[in-house]
Amino acid sequence: MLDHLTEKFSGALRKLSGRGRISESNIREAMGEVRTALLEADVHYDVVKKFCDDIVDKAVGSEVLKSLKPGEQMIKIVYDELVQLMGPVDSHIMYVQPAPTIVMMSGLQGSGKTTTCGKLAAYLKKKGKSVMLAAADLQRPAAVEQLRTLAEQVEEGSPGGGAVRFYGEPDKCAEYGKAVGVAVKVCRNALKAARSANVDVLILDTAGRLHVNDDLMGELRQVDKALNPHQIYLVIDAMTGQDAVNSAKAFNEQLELDGVILSKTDSDTRGGAALTVKEITGKPIKFVGTGEKIEALEEFHPDRMASRILGMGDVVSLVEKAQEQVSEEEALKLQEKMESGKMTMDDFLDQLRKIRKMGSMKALLGMLPGVGQQLKDLDMNDGELDRTEAMINSMTRHERKDVDLLDQSRRRRVATGSGVEPKDVSQLVKGFDMVQNMTKQMAGMGALQRMRALGGLGKQDLAAMGGSSGPSFKTRQRSKRKKKDRKRKSR
Amino acid sequence: MGLFSFSIKKVKAGLARTRQTFSKLRNLLSRELSDDVIDQVEALLIQSDIGVKTTVALIDHVREAYREKKFTRGDQVFDYIKRYITELFPAEDRSLHFAPSGPTVILVGGINGAGKTTSIAKIAKALRDDNKKVMLAACDTFRAAAVEQLEIWAQRLGVEVIKGQQGGDPAAVAFDAADAAVARNADVLLVDTAGRLHTQQHLMRQLTKIRNVITRKIPDAPHEVILVLDATTGQNAINQARLFKESVDVSGIFLSKLDGTAKGGIVVAVRQELGLPVKFIGVGETPDDVEPFDPEKFVEALFSE
Ligand SMILES: Nc1nc2c(ncn2[C@@H]2O[C@H](COP(=O)(O)OP(=O)(O)OP(=O)(O)O)[C@@H](O)[C@H]2O)c(=O)[nH]1
Ligand SMILES: [Mg+2]
Repeated sequence: MLDHLTEKFSGALRKLSGRGRISESNIREAMGEVRTALLEADVHYDVVKKFCDDIVDKAVGSEVLKSLKPGEQMIKIVYDELVQLMGPVDSHIMYVQPAPTIVMMSGLQGSGKTTTCGKLAAYLKKKGKSVMLAAADLQRPAAVEQLRTLAEQVEEGSPGGGAVRFYGEPDKCAEYGKAVGVAVKVCRNALKAARSANVDVLILDTAGRLHVNDDLMGELRQVDKALNPHQIYLVIDAMTGQDAVNSAKAFNEQLELDGVILSKTDSDTRGGAALTVKEITGKPIKFVGTGEKIEALEEFHPDRMASRILGMGDVVSLVEKAQEQVSEEEALKLQEKMESGKMTMDDFLDQLRKIRKMGSMKALLGMLPGVGQQLKDLDMNDGELDRTEAMINSMTRHERKDVDLLDQSRRRRVATGSGVEPKDVSQLVKGFDMVQNMTKQMAGMGALQRMRALGGLGKQDLAAMGGSSGPSFKTRQRSKRKKKDRKRKSR
Repeated sequence: MGLFSFSIKKVKAGLARTRQTFSKLRNLLSRELSDDVIDQVEALLIQSDIGVKTTVALIDHVREAYREKKFTRGDQVFDYIKRYITELFPAEDRSLHFAPSGPTVILVGGINGAGKTTSIAKIAKALRDDNKKVMLAACDTFRAAAVEQLEIWAQRLGVEVIKGQQGGDPAAVAFDAADAAVARNADVLLVDTAGRLHTQQHLMRQLTKIRNVITRKIPDAPHEVILVLDATTGQNAINQARLFKESVDVSGIFLSKLDGTAKGGIVVAVRQELGLPVKFIGVGETPDDVEPFDPEKFVEALFSE
């Protein structure tokens, strides 16, 4: 993946080395690019410094100096090191006997603890565990109520075996600062309730607090002492900046964390906090929150995070997201149809609807390296998708099977039927034809290549495809001409 | 209409922090300038989340001035940075705009957990203490117990809240609230909205719709659109601000959670890239914990530990 950073990096090395050999100091200087990339991704200053020094040491002792492509070599070392530092993956939760296994959530205000509690309950329920959610946040107004609602939602709506219960003492809530310490009592009571209800896992949702608030941190330590939770997690917002270092350190020192949960990774943050927190605490990143839905809790993938931090885009996640909506089988069928030129407007419509279900197209594509910028001015709104859908709906069954039937008068009819101009219908047909042509040219590319090929699609191409969006991620590709154009430009 | 009269109380707490600030500052900046001191300043800037770009611009200038012997002492560096940032945030941008007549509508948005609801309680209290009739609109119909949360604040503050149904259309609530604000002669209507990531396009469109519905009811409203940014946020705040600005034409920022160790330096980058002013800062969890943004104090805090 010859991305932006590699290019810059190679450039820097080339520039520095001139015609002669690359020296250690060349490498050190070229590391400036990596340093900037990491800082821009919100990795903490000191962590970046140490990281870069380590990399230089590694590179100097390796083949990089003699390598013909030192830039690429270096990036590989950087990437591998990042992956290694953020790993290993460990989403395992050890269940204890006698039950319940006690899990405590901690973190700053607004980091996403309560939602994460609900997600973890859903995750455990799916694994057949019974869960009790206990509301130990007596500070924020209605936090108890929020957790109760979440517990009900999981109990009623989420798949899986175990029961999901709730424990809360809403009458213990008080104005800010007036109920400090009460949470300890509530947690004790919750444990009693969990024992008598015989649940497998008790999850404690604690109030958000600043790591510098001694009273509230003291309260957490008391809960820790009184219940001795088996797992203590720190929930941290993936968008956190340099301050991640301070909060992670304080929470880890005072509570001895067992793991970290990174929330809101569905944003477009580069997510450097992941590296910072792992470096500072040494504790595994257990899960990542990937959306507002209760099922949106996933295992952590250090490799994806590494690409993301380096600004290479989270390609794999994007592919996965697309696949959630388009099953492999369906995609294959469609691809065959397309390659043989037999794709119909019905298929097209079907794909449109799926893309729509995926949510924000722009955000999804924005995850791709280099694409974000191109899409900035491109308006891909529901209105356009609506229009495209309306146009296809106004076509007869025969027309949908064979767009060639759509002559001028038919186009006019479709336009009237769907409340658009005839030229809009023509544009849709043009876009459709183009997609079909492209597909015929491209048989044999892997999914990843296709995803990347998207980067080469220009604004017009997308716009021409009626509603600015094509049939499916898996079936798009840049034409050969485009590829050449791009190469020329980058030289 | 000027700034709040309430800030005096909180300034005390703020001052305590500032004093602490100065000791560290003195430590670093009373010294003779050297490459080492400059490196330390650079580290502090980066650690404040001010961003690589701004840091490089500032430090390049400092290094050059050092080389040319224009800067010889640490405090000159501090003065330079302070002036640079203070000039970015002129005072006139920090006041709230009020409607010439009828209710002033303040729409509040931000990502999940940024501190919207709490910040609304803070603004509401300040305005109420300023003898204004304040109403709240509970347009977060999505998150569990969000309406209850706002209701509790409304009850504690003794202000009225307009709500709709859980899971209902937030724009409809906004419309009803604007209607009620006019009918009941409210001075200010504060509109709480559900947290949303700026990357969730459909939710951003929903926010635009909320804004439009308010305008339909009260033509020059909303008079302020406040984006709440969490001071612990890193560079992503720029993306947040950009997309919120595109969707609802943000008029100012409420920088929350400055009572921790985070410096909130990202607002400098947001200002430079998008021109958005910072109106208030949040310094705690109670309704009193708000201050008008003060760029001088802000810069001093950048250099504290
Ligand atoms: N320490 C501190 N905490 C704050 C500040 N502002 C808000 N909080 C806390 O941050 C947490 C989230 O605040 P909310 O006001 O509920 O945030 P929100 O943006 O409305 O959240 P959602 O509606 O869930 O998206 C609460 O625990 C608040 O008490 C602040 O200035 N300082
Ligand atoms: Mg809220």
